Amino acid sequence: MMAVTAEKPLIRSRRDTSPASRGTVMALLGLSAFYFLFPLWWLLVSATKPFGEQFSGTGLWFDGWGLFDNIARLSSQDGGIFWRWMLNSVLYCGVGALLGTAFSALTGYALAKYDFPGRGALFGVVLAAVLVPKVLFTLPLYLMFSEVHLIDNPLAVLLPSVVSPFGVYLSRVFAAQSVPDEVLEAGRLDGAGEFRIFGTIGVRMMLPALVTIFLFQFVEIWNNYLLPVMVLGDDRLQPVTVGLAGWNASHVAVPPPLVVVGSLVSVVPLLIAFLALQRFWRAGMTAGAVK
Amino acid sequence: MTQGAAPAVARHHHRAGGAPPPEPSRPTAAKARPRRWKPLLFCAPFIVLFAATYVAPISYAAGSSLFTLHRSGLGLTAPSEVFDPLGNYDRAIHDGGFTASLGRIALFGVVQVPLMLVLALVLALLIDSRSTRGRSFFRLSSFLPYAIPGVSAALVWSFMYSSQSSPINRLLEPLGVAIPFFDHDVVLWSVANVVTWSWAGYNMIIIYAALQAIPAELLEAARMDGASAFRIAWSIKIPAVRGALVLTAVFSLIGSAQLFNEPAVLQPVSDGSVSSSFTPIMSAQSALAAGNYHYAAAQSVLLAVLVGAVSFVFFRLTNRGEQG
Repeated sequence: MMAVTAEKPLIRSRRDTSPASRGTVMALLGLSAFYFLFPLWWLLVSATKPFGEQFSGTGLWFDGWGLFDNIARLSSQDGGIFWRWMLNSVLYCGVGALLGTAFSALTGYALAKYDFPGRGALFGVVLAAVLVPKVLFTLPLYLMFSEVHLIDNPLAVLLPSVVSPFGVYLSRVFAAQSVPDEVLEAGRLDGAGEFRIFGTIGVRMMLPALVTIFLFQFVEIWNNYLLPVMVLGDDRLQPVTVGLAGWNASHVAVPPPLVVVGSLVSVVPLLIAFLALQRFWRAGMTAGAVK
Repeated sequence: MTQGAAPAVARHHHRAGGAPPPEPSRPTAAKARPRRWKPLLFCAPFIVLFAATYVAPISYAAGSSLFTLHRSGLGLTAPSEVFDPLGNYDRAIHDGGFTASLGRIALFGVVQVPLMLVLALVLALLIDSRSTRGRSFFRLSSFLPYAIPGVSAALVWSFMYSSQSSPINRLLEPLGVAIPFFDHDVVLWSVANVVTWSWAGYNMIIIYAALQAIPAELLEAARMDGASAFRIAWSIKIPAVRGALVLTAVFSLIGSAQLFNEPAVLQPVSDGSVSSSFTPIMSAQSALAAGNYHYAAAQSVLLAVLVGAVSFVFFRLTNRGEQG
């Protein structure tokens, strides 16, 4: 050991901690990892158990195999409405985030690259809106939508979802960072119009940032539970979060094991996307640090 | 030291999920070659939709909150709407359920937010510690719950808490302990646990990013001087992430004000300990369900104004602190 550490100072500098300190730190971190992972692990293990066994035991380890049978039962409950809910979620989030990213990109780019009347006021309003969470506007939205008969209409979820003050904010930061003024100037000298310059040069340079904005907005829409609960009464229009919470609330009518399996099936795509796109998440959380 | 703190704040400023900094808006250049009004066309879709889904509803609700329903003596005729600008607000202030819900989230914020941030800070320091192996695993495992939507997290925890089959209580059984998660005095902290589980890792990442910005030479110099790991954490690392802590605290407090998903999902399985006016949003929602739109509007407006005022004050204070 000594010989190795003497030869490789780099390794030495990592190993110069005492075993006691290593033991304490690793024990504490192990405990925290158990806390964070246990509910998800339980969900995975329970969903694979034979139907009806979901709530037996501690759920620490697998016990029998019924995952595919469980998914089949989930798919046939209430005429297969679960998959309809999944499709609704993907549509609301996909369309909402796509349009929202486009509008945010346009606005953020204009805020970063142009000087125009009302520019400061607009940015001030955007910042203020990020500080007052969207959820607080949901009941007023419901009141207004019921006045204009927009309840039970997918637009009642889509319209508010498209607006993302945080997306505008991020887009302004990213546009200021990644689109040099000289490039825009060169485009102008070539006689390109402003929209053309944005569409060809701006969008291309902001593309990684736009992926980040899209992700944040997708998840924000998926997470918004109050809005669809309020404005969508029709079962077949609801996103999967509302549907599953409804099943959980009526646990006599719908067997609780189905809620377990449905919860797993509905978070797996999110987890995969999250793990695959990690670097875009971090880009959003530390945006601006790059300078 | 101040150099270490500055990037930490800069990083933190741009955190996600509804967390922007009150950065002064300065044109980044590109002196207006195009016609002055043309850039507004870029902003038009956002401005129109923002007006329709933020400005219009809150104005509509504010207007609606100025009316009250009046029933005639025997209630034989339909109730009439009467202009009574303060009626609903007066009622809200004296409504025990509504004020209790405000008190509940204030208590929640005062207890849950510091606990969560201490957990996030300790995790960040541990992961940053030189004794740690497998950094990326621990970073990812604590951040993973953030990928789970609030409603799904609450569903999973409702199974964890279940009075008949709680796997947590099964694990504790050998110790002769059973936690009554849905007891009246406990349920608020059961909700707090779900929120902590979801957000601790997210806040940890932000604090960790601030830790990474501390110059390595500074830490090396402290070590050369014989400072212990605890001493370095206490005297160098924690002061360096102060800005990140203040801002995560402010945004977490704002988050407490809009508490809804977790208690709403737990409510049906809580044996009544989560009341229908557990949080202010739930209270406004039940006023709505009872058909009293004007009263629900008043509660919503009150809450929005309260949150807006609190975050405005916090940002004024924290900004001054950072610049001074």
